[in-house]
Amino acid sequence: MTQTFIWTVAILTVLGLLLALILFWVARKFKVEEDPRIDEVEKVMPGANCGGCGFAGCRAFADAAVKATNLDNQYCPVGGDEVMQKVASILGFTVAAKAPQVAVVRCNGTCSARPRINEYDGVQSCRVKAALYSGDTGCAFGCLGCGDCVAACQFGALTMDPETGLPVVDESKCTACGACTKACPKHIIELRPKGPRGMRMYVSCLNKDKGPVAKKACASACIGCGLCAKTCTHDAITVVDNVAYIDAAKCKLCRECEAVCPTGAIHGVNFPKELDKEAVKKRIADRKAKAAEAAKAAEEKKEVANG
Amino acid sequence: MDKKYIVSPSPHIHADVSTTKIMRDVIIALCPAILVSILAYGWAELLVLLVSVASCVLLEWAVTRWMLKRPSTVGDLSAVVTGLLLAMNLPSSIPLWIVFVGAVVSICVAKLPFGGIGQNVFNPAITGRVFLLVSFPAQMTDWTPTAGFLSVPDAVSGATPLGVLKETLKSGGTISQFMETNGYTWSSFFFDLGASAGELSAGALLLGFIYLLVRRVVKPWIPLSILGTMAIIAAIFSGINPDAYTGVAFNLLTGGALLGALFMATDYVTSPMSNLGGIIYGIGIGVIVMMIRYFGSYPEGMSFAILLMNCAVPLLNMWFHQKKYGRA
Amino acid sequence: MGKLTFSMGGVHPHDSKYARECAIEELPLPQTVYVSMAQHLGAPAKPLVAVGDSVKVGQVIAEPGGFISAFVHSPVSGTVKAIAPRKDLAGNFVTHVEIAVEGDEWDPAIDRSKDLVTAIPDDKAAILDKIKAAGVVGLGGATFPAHVKLNPAPGKVAECLILNGAECEPFLTSDYRIMIERPKEIVIGAAIMQKVLGGCRCVIGIEENKPEAIAAMGAAVRELGYPGIEVKVLKKRYPQGGEKQLIDAVMRRQVKSGGLPIDVGAVVQNVATSLAVYEAVQKNKPLITNVLTITGDQIPGNLQHNYLFRIGMPLSWIVEQAGGIPETAAKLISGGPMMGKAISNLDAATVKGSSSVLYLSEGMTRRKPATSCIRCGKCADACPMGLEPFLLNRLYKAADLEGLEANAAQDCIECGCCLYSCPAYIPLLDNIRQAKGQVMGVIRARAAAAKAAAEAAKAAATNK
Repeated sequence: MTQTFIWTVAILTVLGLLLALILFWVARKFKVEEDPRIDEVEKVMPGANCGGCGFAGCRAFADAAVKATNLDNQYCPVGGDEVMQKVASILGFTVAAKAPQVAVVRCNGTCSARPRINEYDGVQSCRVKAALYSGDTGCAFGCLGCGDCVAACQFGALTMDPETGLPVVDESKCTACGACTKACPKHIIELRPKGPRGMRMYVSCLNKDKGPVAKKACASACIGCGLCAKTCTHDAITVVDNVAYIDAAKCKLCRECEAVCPTGAIHGVNFPKELDKEAVKKRIADRKAKAAEAAKAAEEKKEVANG
Repeated sequence: MDKKYIVSPSPHIHADVSTTKIMRDVIIALCPAILVSILAYGWAELLVLLVSVASCVLLEWAVTRWMLKRPSTVGDLSAVVTGLLLAMNLPSSIPLWIVFVGAVVSICVAKLPFGGIGQNVFNPAITGRVFLLVSFPAQMTDWTPTAGFLSVPDAVSGATPLGVLKETLKSGGTISQFMETNGYTWSSFFFDLGASAGELSAGALLLGFIYLLVRRVVKPWIPLSILGTMAIIAAIFSGINPDAYTGVAFNLLTGGALLGALFMATDYVTSPMSNLGGIIYGIGIGVIVMMIRYFGSYPEGMSFAILLMNCAVPLLNMWFHQKKYGRA
Repeated sequence: MGKLTFSMGGVHPHDSKYARECAIEELPLPQTVYVSMAQHLGAPAKPLVAVGDSVKVGQVIAEPGGFISAFVHSPVSGTVKAIAPRKDLAGNFVTHVEIAVEGDEWDPAIDRSKDLVTAIPDDKAAILDKIKAAGVVGLGGATFPAHVKLNPAPGKVAECLILNGAECEPFLTSDYRIMIERPKEIVIGAAIMQKVLGGCRCVIGIEENKPEAIAAMGAAVRELGYPGIEVKVLKKRYPQGGEKQLIDAVMRRQVKSGGLPIDVGAVVQNVATSLAVYEAVQKNKPLITNVLTITGDQIPGNLQHNYLFRIGMPLSWIVEQAGGIPETAAKLISGGPMMGKAISNLDAATVKGSSSVLYLSEGMTRRKPATSCIRCGKCADACPMGLEPFLLNRLYKAADLEGLEANAAQDCIECGCCLYSCPAYIPLLDNIRQAKGQVMGVIRARAAAAKAAAEAAKAAATNK
């Protein structure tokens, strides 16, 4: 009996030592030399591996950052400036701060505003639906409502609102990684600057159809009337292909465009007060009247000068 | 268009098939064997069947409903099939609470934790049976024949034929001695020799299987390769020493060989998808069964063989694909 | 004679050819037609007319926009009202030429008599030119320009012209009707194509469920007596009329992945294309008409029709002529039930390849909720390309492009057999179609990169 014990212990000990030696040898033989800074950089990364930076994951980002000569072409949208500063300090680079961005759903074709004209019965995937046809509403540009963006979001920042049939962005969770913008076959979701205290303006429509056609398909469509562009005093709005677009860099958040939009396609979010449309319209009217008066006065002056 | 017409990608029509219909066909195919077993073993057998099916269905319903919180999959009848197969693997004299334990293992251990129908790695009914065989060996292998509606002419008592055989061989006897003492004749094997319901009548099992073949529910490759392998191995060994190793017919017609080969190994979920993979899977099962029967300590090895080969299925699926058009 | 069939997969849907006894009727002219510029595979055609121009029937109104493209002709006489984007049957915008119909004045060059012209012209190049000028495209579904297919690249030799009369899609009867009503024209068309291809043999393949068509075509072949043309019976099995399947069935050869039929010496044309070739070459008539079936399940007999229509007639107008949309219809399809497109815009205009308006009832067409895959392998058994749809579906969901390519997602012919036969109602083809697109994108990008690299190397070499 004792003999058995001794043998067992001895064999196992020898076996263990032998295997340890083999492992040691293998580890030495096949060791891959890596820049230790890759590990350091990876440690400060968010670790979401979302691919929002354009690399396969955080490790790939770190690898590229270590090999790069500057960080101009790399940005981690999830970690933002904070992480980029850390990465820069590890690698001895400097980076400029970037304005934080957020995903914005640019379709306001709710179930009530945009009536269904047929019934989609295929797999619930926007990509499949978009490949098949223009969609189950009269609008060929709007949200298809199958939630590919929701599936693409790794941060749980997107949900489908069953009432409107549109995706909703949870700003506190959105990291602006851009996965949803790539997942959407209609390119409805745009990354826009978050704006001061989250306040921002955008046109919530991409319908390129002419006014009447767009309006027939969707009550809240941008009809390309151009009122907003005419009203805007900051030159921030352009109308191309029957759709208005607000340049966030130029927008001064005066909300005048929102007030004049006849279909409610322009949205202002996170403003402390609700928009008093009448007051803003009055303001615009007053300004126009004043401008007209001034123009008239100038004209008269000119006439006087000429006469 | 005022009416909202349906729009979907092609195809726009669908064959008259469904998971439920396939399971229904399997149930129909099991009916002859079930009928024979009920005739032979009477109310007790019927009770085992009912308890097994009811437990499996109820457990599946309860777990999907309350624990997994998703639509119940009871409607696809797969739990009924599991229940029937489990019951057909049990002796009719088994205590009913053991049947329930088997159902718990089948449904709550082998099936649902893996994700339910289509996701399980191991055949649920076999997992249940093997669990019971290991946990309650006495109840599972010894059986007292329960009163049937028809008298079975050569009914044996005490143990399954394979069990008796193992004992005979262990105590130094030969096969011909075993045949004589137990009053077996080779011809009687076809209809009335066996232990559990599913092992009772080879004819009834074959009848059911032919129905499945005709309905194109299963393909014959897996059963053929299992039984073929078993036959070849049995022929070789019994040819060398007919007194120590049983013959071809005995091996194919006793124990769970037919039930396992025809109905358990052909389970879609736990068998390879390609024909070639299926044949290799069958050969594996055949070899393991015969090794256990000839050299193992258990009298029967079908369940173990299928479970072991279930493990190899993902690998077989990775290695063997069907022939593609225009590719060598 | 044994019945021919392809070697793997396939399904057996009920053939439902309810409109088989309906003779072809000619439709009256609508007030306006809309002629699409994208009626064929390849680049859209470029309009040659301007708003206000008056046109005659058969006059060229658009020229090919690329190598793989086709001429488009006016199907009516009248005035061009607009050249503008208009929604096709999937609701996507395509440039259409809108023509207001005035009278029915045909181009005088077109021979409108019913006389058969049996003498085959000798000049191959002239025949090809005529086919090209007539805007003939493949009418079997893909609408591939016929003159391109009939003019194999140098070094490629056609050994067999296969005329596809399988019409394996359930419900459709337009090919069946032309084979019965105009068999001689089809055979002459085949003889013309034989000539163009250098006198190869020709097999006319017809599925066994059309004995009348087999008899009519056989009689026409015997009567006309062109050499090397024979009718062969095919088994009724979907997709018997798929190009690759038909080649497999008739020639027992398989086209390599990514290859063309001509690589194995085959040219496949539909019987309707053959008729169009006859009209183009012998009658100077461009492709401005085609035959379409109006049918469906649970549809009364008086709503079933086979119509000779002018290309550009709106579907809604044809449907109205046929007696309106039946009550029971839940889905409208252009094409067959296996590969046709669901119509979301009935105002869309017909195109050269339009083959049917199919009404399917709710019970027949509504998809049932998908359940778990039970790994039965029925999809793999049904796939005529020998693919494993269950695997492709899984790889697509895992976004594994390499795996998809290794498992030949790009070989999918989108026949629908997998989804048709899935007992768990898993939308296999919906996903695999996407997967195929993605893999094709990768393959094309790789080919483009390789080409660019080769050119750069060549340029570098010449610079030295």
